[in-house]
Amino acid sequence: MAAIKAFGAYLPSRVVTNSELAARLDCESGWILDVSGIEERRYADPSESVASMGVAAAQQCLDHAGITAADVGMILVSSGSSERRFPGPASAIAHALNIDGVPAIDLPIASAGGLFGMAIAATLCAVHGNVLVIASEKMSPVAMREPMERGVAPLFGDGAGACLIGSETGPAGIIDSVLHSDGAFAEDLRLDFDAPLAMNGRSVILQASRKLPSAIGELLEKNGRTAQSVRVFLVHQANQNLMDRVAKALDVEAGRFYSNIRRTGNTSSASMLIAAAEWWSDPGPAAGDLICFAAFGAGFHWGALLAS
Amino acid sequence: MDNRERILAIVRKVSDKTIAPDPDQSLFDSGFLDSFALPDMVGELEREFGIKIPDSDLHPRKFESIARIQTYLESRM
Repeated sequence: MAAIKAFGAYLPSRVVTNSELAARLDCESGWILDVSGIEERRYADPSESVASMGVAAAQQCLDHAGITAADVGMILVSSGSSERRFPGPASAIAHALNIDGVPAIDLPIASAGGLFGMAIAATLCAVHGNVLVIASEKMSPVAMREPMERGVAPLFGDGAGACLIGSETGPAGIIDSVLHSDGAFAEDLRLDFDAPLAMNGRSVILQASRKLPSAIGELLEKNGRTAQSVRVFLVHQANQNLMDRVAKALDVEAGRFYSNIRRTGNTSSASMLIAAAEWWSDPGPAAGDLICFAAFGAGFHWGALLAS
Repeated sequence: MDNRERILAIVRKVSDKTIAPDPDQSLFDSGFLDSFALPDMVGELEREFGIKIPDSDLHPRKFESIARIQTYLESRM
């Protein structure tokens, strides 16, 4: 069985409050909080890149696991905001970690990329040993692109998360996962080159409200578990109102869904791993805990992963 | 109640408004529905009309107005 060995995260130091954005967007800071649950987010320094933030999260993850990069057999890097078409940030991150020669694969999936990376790593670790999954996003240039849109700009923040998955024992064994994609809605959430982010918010919320509970329910049923038996749901931090809606659909209290979106905003594919890194540090898993990861995003891609 | 009245009752319920929109009026532009009320309305429509709306049909424009909702639902009945 594949096992989760550790998580790591990196958040840039610059805090951007709703008040700062509200002034530029001609709206109330309270409105941003109401529609998203976000109070502040972090923006990267111009000198920071998707790769450099990914390296910081990866290093913390390796430190938490008590191993060095030399013990990593493969890295998977998710980003929907990398600075160029190719190469993606994976090889640059591997180089910065001084593990040139190790296969470094990019997953340009955006929001669900961290989850897809974990699920793929759970399969590949039997062949490659420790697989380091990294999700890094620099969304601030997208959010701040003029003309700034009230419905888009306040949502996003920058950051990176990482997860080490191996085939030996670890704090949490990966039980199973379900992954889905549907290109019929590809136009509803996309980031074209040299263009603003295009988001049909109604379509995204409508589909996510159905597909997230459905995927989680499918995974739990497949493994003979119930939502009530899950200690914590570590999910893509897209919108607090969406997370509350998913909890309600699963008939569990909203507090069972760990949330940091108030402080971080939506960091796209990095968000689930950043949230997991925080929860893993405090309070962290106890023996027998059932942990459910889930994400939904552009593509549409969505899914869930169960660990214990 | 006919189908239009049943749809209107659901729109009033999820929007928490007592007034009725015109049949062709956009429920989004007129403030009856926001992004989060839309999934609520779809769920209520499924229960009221006893149908399962497939995800592939969940395009917001199908639910833009009372008239469009009625057209879609009657195509499924």
